[in-house]
Amino acid sequence: MRIAFSIFFAAVTIGLIMLLDSTLLPAPLGRLLSPQHGFWQNAEKTNEDFSADLKFPQLSGKVSVYLDDRLVPHVFAEQENDAYFVQGYLHAKFRLWQMELQTFSAAGRLSEFFGDRALNHDREFRRLGMVYAAERAEQEMNKDAAIKAECDAYTAGVNAYINSLTESTLPVEYKLLRYKPEPWNNLKTMLFLKYMCYDLAGRDEDFEMTSAKNYFNGNDFAQLYPYIQDSLDPIIPKGTVLPPQTVFPKAPADADSLYMQKGITIGDYEKPDKENGSNNWAVSGKKTKSGAPILCNDPHLGLNLPSLWYEIQISTPSFNAYGVSFPGAPGVVIGFNDSCAFGVTNGGRDVKDFYSIRFKDDSRKEYLFNGTYNPTKFRVDTIRIKDKPDFIDSVAYVLLGNDWCPVMFDKTYTGNRTDGKGYYAVRWKAHDPSLDLKYFNLMNRAKNYNDYQVAAEYFHAPGQNCVFACKNGDIAIRTQGEWPAKWKGQGDFIMPGTDTSYLWQGMIPQSEVPYQYNPERGFVSSANQKPVDDKTYPYYLGREYPMYRGIAINRRLSAMNNITPEDMEQLQTDNYNVFAAMAMPLFLKNLDDSKLNADEKKYADLLRGWNLRNDVGSKGATVFEILWNNVKDTIYDDEFAKAPKGTMKPFESSLLEGLLKDSAYKFADNINTPEKETVADDVLAAFKRSAQQLKQLELAGKLDWEKYKATHIDHLTKLEAFSRRNLPIGGGTNNINAAKENHGPSWRMVVSLTEKTEAYGVYPGGQSGNPGSKYYDNFVDQWVAGKYNLLWMMTKDETKDKRVKAVMQFTKG
Amino acid sequence: MKFLVSILLIAFLSFTACLYLDWWSIAIAAFIVAVAIPQRAGKSFLAAFIALFLLWSILSFWLSSNNDHLLAHKMSMLILKLDNPYLLMLITGLLGGLIAGLAAVSGSLLRRSKSK
Repeated sequence: MRIAFSIFFAAVTIGLIMLLDSTLLPAPLGRLLSPQHGFWQNAEKTNEDFSADLKFPQLSGKVSVYLDDRLVPHVFAEQENDAYFVQGYLHAKFRLWQMELQTFSAAGRLSEFFGDRALNHDREFRRLGMVYAAERAEQEMNKDAAIKAECDAYTAGVNAYINSLTESTLPVEYKLLRYKPEPWNNLKTMLFLKYMCYDLAGRDEDFEMTSAKNYFNGNDFAQLYPYIQDSLDPIIPKGTVLPPQTVFPKAPADADSLYMQKGITIGDYEKPDKENGSNNWAVSGKKTKSGAPILCNDPHLGLNLPSLWYEIQISTPSFNAYGVSFPGAPGVVIGFNDSCAFGVTNGGRDVKDFYSIRFKDDSRKEYLFNGTYNPTKFRVDTIRIKDKPDFIDSVAYVLLGNDWCPVMFDKTYTGNRTDGKGYYAVRWKAHDPSLDLKYFNLMNRAKNYNDYQVAAEYFHAPGQNCVFACKNGDIAIRTQGEWPAKWKGQGDFIMPGTDTSYLWQGMIPQSEVPYQYNPERGFVSSANQKPVDDKTYPYYLGREYPMYRGIAINRRLSAMNNITPEDMEQLQTDNYNVFAAMAMPLFLKNLDDSKLNADEKKYADLLRGWNLRNDVGSKGATVFEILWNNVKDTIYDDEFAKAPKGTMKPFESSLLEGLLKDSAYKFADNINTPEKETVADDVLAAFKRSAQQLKQLELAGKLDWEKYKATHIDHLTKLEAFSRRNLPIGGGTNNINAAKENHGPSWRMVVSLTEKTEAYGVYPGGQSGNPGSKYYDNFVDQWVAGKYNLLWMMTKDETKDKRVKAVMQFTKG
Repeated sequence: MKFLVSILLIAFLSFTACLYLDWWSIAIAAFIVAVAIPQRAGKSFLAAFIALFLLWSILSFWLSSNNDHLLAHKMSMLILKLDNPYLLMLITGLLGGLIAGLAAVSGSLLRRSKSK
């Protein structure tokens, strides 16, 4: 009998262990709580000593890493590729989990540990051809001996760290989700870069615009979605002489008249953030106090913990660079070296177009092109799903001109953009082979303007406005990228893919990339606005770009002289709302106090007394934001209530410009009432609606701008405990300080190229990805306060400096 | 005496095993000791429970103290939805104690069925 009880208790014990080891509970609690295995092991000592002596057979020389008081590594390598090995090792040591998550996301493999709730994401990314793009980039990389060696060394470094991991040293997220890292490879590095490409050059509005084109008549459409932005101040100033045109794209004869597409049904789907943008500028020595150029850059991206960026100094016999790197790729991305400084903002041109495909039958084996049926290629993906059977997805690739394009949407996958009856292939610039990593490699060692020009031409996608400044006094900007040469309107809508007439007809040659080199005005700048004046540029640029930050920056830079690095810090964190300044006359003109009650009048006074700055504590900023949103809705809701769901919303700049130009703005009239409403009627109605919302906010104590906006930086899993919420920071959309709710300046950098470089920077995160480390989010409060860290370009004779807190020695062995 | 020796031995074996083996080796340690040192089932349970309760709560407290409880604050918000690192240490101890205790009961009953 006792033996039976014994077996019973053994079974209970084993059952309990299995339960606590599994993910049946929200987390594997036993494994997670075990002090020798679980999360307690990730509770990093507050005085942790990161010093170590490490031996690896892959190294060819010695590498010394000095970790400073902010945990920034200063890597001194005798051999260049050893530096990349160590960079890979350090990225993995401090950021492995995010590196894997991002590459799994890019490869459409999230279902492997998140289960079938990630299946839609995985299919979307695979069908977009993310892996295809990464594979082609890898092939291109293999052809360049230097970049191949760099990537190989980086991969070996990541794997050296992964191989040293034990159950207890795994990052805590692996323990929570109960999986283990797999070996790194060069393809993963390429996947990471394609992930950035998706983020920055993966947005399109082809379905939304086609729906609008189908719904609105020609005149209304032209007014709602104009080609031109009146207030535009382009990156390359108006009047600049551009290189002569060498490619002449020809629009098909029926481009204007062709009835576009049926079968569009738009629902919610994953797309890159429209706000992904940035500011950068460089001022020449004649405008600075020191007489040396200053370069500034703040890339605006989704804000997450662990941060996208990792600060590093890499010093080898051939170069010495400092700045931020991407955990997942070798080199310094935005930063400076001993001769010059470099940065980027997003180019934002449309490089992703959809074509409607006609297959012979549902088997998708043959597609019609130029009058004949041609054979399709299939790519079959096996998507592994946690706790579920595999999902097999087959994607047809069709040859359009010279390019194989995935038929992303078909009868098995609508992507929430089609009714499931049609077939749509995507032509995306990211699919083309390119060697963008070489830009970073060459910029890290660039000595002068020539080196910068050579480096920049490797940057094809995602196209970036590459800013440059050099100690010899040169400043420059290039609206860099390999861009399709488009005819006017090409790619705004879904295009027919049954013959060559609508295909991209070629790329704009690098010799035609618009640039500025030491311009008369003494500065160059970009803030994601249209790169050039569309009236003189021969190629089509698309319709709407975010243009307001650029206006504010250029105004300020034009007026500034004797500039110091502190002035530049203040400009980067400036909360002046130039959009509001332009919109305010509209409200002042149309708000009639005699029609407002006491509460409403109070908010009207707040608006009138507002200093046009989205500062912390500003109530006027909140009033403006809510009023503007209500004006948009009041004017357009009646028209769009009848339009198909997902139809493109008009651009904010078109609305503002339309309202300012025309007091009889056509869409002001509510088409559902017999009366004829005017702009003044709409503004008043919007204000009354706003006052009610403002009252609610005031009661909840959220009328102050930063409380209303509630900026937060979430952990990549969105787990609140690992996130930072309700950060008291000003700024927002159309402010130079573009700190929005969960998006904004992901790295702020100011580099003064005096004889001894003086550089400052900060990002909203910390060097360690471990939520149990004090270095996890230690820069966040500084970032919120607009304070910067001194970026220390360490020299070899400073190894005894008191800022050095730990030394890691890497040797061959 | 047996009771005290059991506690110390289980704690020692568990700690050593967990340096090399998976977390559930604490159950094996408790089971072996319960077989090796015969006690009534209740006493075996109590010895193993106390051993692991103390081992795990003290270890977690020690690790967490060196971290100023930075991570424990976050994990307690995550797991317990309230900010109490000490409660999380208590739960850690209880969990270890429970598993070891159950394994020890099984071992004790096996030993006593054999010795009969």
